[in-house]
This record gives sequence, structure tokens and C-alpha cells, in this order.
Amino acid sequence: MNEFLQALSQHAFLQHALAAGLLASVGCGVVGTYVVVKRIAFLAGGIAHAVLGGMGVAYYLGADPLWGALAAALVTAFLVGWVSLRWRQHEDTLVGALWAVGMAVGVLFLSRAPGYGPDLMSYLFGNILMVTREDLYLMAAIDGGILLVVGVLYKPFLAVCFDDEHALLRGVRVELVYLLLLALVAVTVVLLIRVVGLILVIALLTLPAAIAAQYVGSIGRMMLLATALGATFTSGGLALSYGADLPSGSVIIVLAGLAYLASTLGREAVRRRVLR
Amino acid sequence: MEPVPVIKLEDVSFAYDGVGVLEGVNLEVGRREFLGLVGPNGGGKSTLLKLVLGLLAPTRGRVSVLGGSPAAGRRRIGYVPQYPSFSRDFPISVRDCVALGRLGRTRPFGGFTARDRALAAEAMRETEVAGLAERPIGTLSGGQMQRVLVARALVSEPEVLLLDEPTANIDQRVEMEIFDLLKHLSERLTVVVVSHDVGFISRYVTRVACLNRTLMCHATEELTGETISALYGQPVRMIRHAHADHGSGTHPGATRPASQGPHRDAPPDRPGDLPP
Repeated sequence: MNEFLQALSQHAFLQHALAAGLLASVGCGVVGTYVVVKRIAFLAGGIAHAVLGGMGVAYYLGADPLWGALAAALVTAFLVGWVSLRWRQHEDTLVGALWAVGMAVGVLFLSRAPGYGPDLMSYLFGNILMVTREDLYLMAAIDGGILLVVGVLYKPFLAVCFDDEHALLRGVRVELVYLLLLALVAVTVVLLIRVVGLILVIALLTLPAAIAAQYVGSIGRMMLLATALGATFTSGGLALSYGADLPSGSVIIVLAGLAYLASTLGREAVRRRVLR
Repeated sequence: MEPVPVIKLEDVSFAYDGVGVLEGVNLEVGRREFLGLVGPNGGGKSTLLKLVLGLLAPTRGRVSVLGGSPAAGRRRIGYVPQYPSFSRDFPISVRDCVALGRLGRTRPFGGFTARDRALAAEAMRETEVAGLAERPIGTLSGGQMQRVLVARALVSEPEVLLLDEPTANIDQRVEMEIFDLLKHLSERLTVVVVSHDVGFISRYVTRVACLNRTLMCHATEELTGETISALYGQPVRMIRHAHADHGSGTHPGATRPASQGPHRDAPPDRPGDLPP
């Protein structure tokens, strides 16, 4: 750990990595809370994976893949939302199809891209050590946008997640709010891609919030706790991976998974003792 | 000039996929009426409520609420569903659940206002759940949950309260408490309550409407065995009531024929229930 702290004070790339982890945890804590309480983890997974299509196209055209990712994420969020609202009974099939086809399109475009192929692995599993200053600005802007939207639309989001029938009867435009929520998920996916890659995004979107849900009784407190947990996992994972020379994204996810397992088993043990 | 009826159905028919559920229903509900809507399962009671709420459109005829369309009048209706349409493990307190009833009557953006909080507190006091304000909704009993749902409906300052079998899943002592509460509310609101238990509600409501595809309307005093038999299509067991509040006479106490599932006998602690 000391070795990591010493390296942190010397290397800008580690400072950037740490900052990226902290910025990512805000998005995953806030939006992850909605993903967990609204139970749309599968939809979020579909959006995350289909993003590769946009990154591939952007790379092929010579644009910044992160902007391609943002555009693809928003388009996919809209498609997924539309499927979920209009073809409810086929939602799993259609989202699964978008999930796989998006990835396939991405790989096809990347294979035809001119010059040396980009590092596909870093898209899929993240490379937090490659985060640039510009990436950090983009991430901070995304966090700011998420917090602004959630602050302004606090009541409609809560109403639609909690009880959409009641929200509809109270005059809330439920479908619009739902699509906006999926758009938030989409930009959060983009926020997290650099940190853990698009395959592992879903874990950071669900695990911190799911752990938080075991301890607190309101959406707001869930967001705060999930953000703190996300910051712990990304920083801790970064430090551990640096010391052991392991891929940071995967260490972060394994850490989050172990914490979720420990928390769930611990809660269960306490519950049984109380019942006995 | 005639006062505008709160709810008006003119020759309303409704069919699900060609199967008639309601046929030629005419109904007017006036201000501060306490109407009990009864009838067998599948008789169209919930469908009628959904037509009034504008969640369904009639295949024929016209529905108006407070002189306008159901969609326009919807926000002035407090609706209490038969089952909560939310998941009980959602992280939300009773206080916030009730406050969500303010949607459509408060500013659309940001958090709840001081006035929203005050009205929520007042509604919880009236429904006697003020002591539960901080509790997560998942910890409530069936009767407490029903009171919270009534509070959520009241907090929108409605002119009409629609309740769909509000006491279907709770014990009879609590059922009487809930109807006492509704009776109290009907002094200032129009209340429409769906029930399958004619005998029980006839001591509370000012009028009973019997619905089995078509509608027969009665004042409580007029309800006879013949109409009940006609309504259910077979003879039903009668229990002689001697109501303290509206004199004695033959009233159907147990109105469900044997085919309607387990018979719900009047408990011995209800005064006035005598064997035939």
C-alpha cells in the first residue's frame, strides 16, 4: 500500500487513474441506485455491450471512440426503452439481440479500420491507467450532468421507479421519464468504460447500489452509500492491481463482487441469529 | 341549474378483445355520495374504475369526470388500488410514499415543498399512520398499508376517492376501521368503493350499485334478495340483518354464492347478524 501511495505522488497517470475511479463512482452510485430499484440491470447490460458498435464505427471513421460510444449509448438506450415499452412480452429476446448485434457490428468495423487495430481488450475490460486529462474533464462533465438531471427530476424518477401506475395517474409522463432514465444509464456506461470496460460496467452499476440497499431505507441515502462504496472499490482495486501487477478493471470488479457476497452472507447470518 | 355530476357514465360499453365486459352502463355519482360498487368477480367492477380513471377507453358511450374527460379529471381523483402496484422491498419510507401523492399538484421539479410535507403529515394523521412515518413501507401490515394508500390518495386534495376492494386482504376488525374512516371522509368527499361484500358495505354507503355486465342501482334500503339473486345469477344465502342505523329488514348479509370461493361468514362480534 505504501508503495502505491509513493508511486501515486510521483506518477501523473496514477493520479489520473485515481481521479477517474472517484469520478466514475459518483455516476455508478447515483444511476446504479435507479438500475437496482427499477430492476433494469439486464437493460443496462444490453446498452453497455451495444456501445461497442458505436465505438467501432467512430474508430473506423477516425473520430474519438468515446464520442462514438456516447452516441451509440444514447441510440441504444432509446431502442431498448422503446422495446421495453412497446414489446414488453419480447423484451428479453430483443434486448439480448441488441446486446449481441451491437458488439458484432463493433468488431466488424474495428476489423476493417485502417492502420493498427485499436486495443479491443481495453474497450472491453477498461484501462484506467490510460486515462488522460481530457477524459477526466469529460467524466466530470458527465457527472455534473447526471447530478443536475437527477436533482431536477428527483420526484418523477422516484415516482416512476417506485410505482409507475400511480405516477401515470398523477399526470407524470411515465414513458418520457423512463426513456430519460435509460439515457442516464447510457451516459453512465460511457463514464465507466475507461475505468472497467464495457463488459464489466454492469457490475459497477449494480453491486455498490445493491450492497447499499441492504443497509439504508431511502433512495438518497442509497446513492450516497453506493458512491462511497464505488470509490472504495475503484481506489482499492487500483492500489491492489498496481502492487500485484494485475489488470485494474478486473481487480475492481472482483473486489466489488466479494464485498457483495460478504455483505449478503453477513446479513443472512445476522437475520438467522435474530430469528433463532 | 343542475350541479355537474362528479362521475357520469352514459350508455357505456366495454369489451376486451371482443368479449363484452360492460354493456350499456348508465351511472351518475353526485357530490359527497358514498357509493358501493358490488358484483361478482369478473362482473366489470375494476374495468369500470379504469374507465373512470381514463386508463381504458369505452368501446361505446361516454365517461365524464367532474364535467370533463377522465384524463383531465384524473388528477382530482384519489385512487386506492386493490393491490399496491409497487414492490414492498423498495427503499422508501411511509412519509415519502405518501408525499408522492402530491405529484401533479406541486411543482414538477426539485424536491418536495414544505406545503407537500405539511399535507402529507395531515393525511397521515387523518388515516392514523402518523406514528409509522419513518418506517420502510416493507414493514407494514396489510391494514397499515391500506391506510397509507388512502393517505397517499388524500394528500393530492382530491374531490373523489376511488377504492378498488380496499379490504380484500385484511382481517375484518381492520376492515371495519377502514370503512369507518371512509365514512368519515365521505362527509367532505365523493367516495366510490368496490367490494364483493354487499351486506357489509350496505351499513356504510349511501347507495349501492350492482354490476354484472349491466348495472342495477339501488339505495341501500331497496336491496332485496331477488335483485341479489338476479345479479349473481343464482340463489344466495341470506342473513337477516337488524341494522341499528337503518332499521330492520331483510338484507343480504352473505351475498356470495358457493361457487364464488370460500364463504366469508359474518363474525360473531358483529351485532345484528342472525341466522335466517
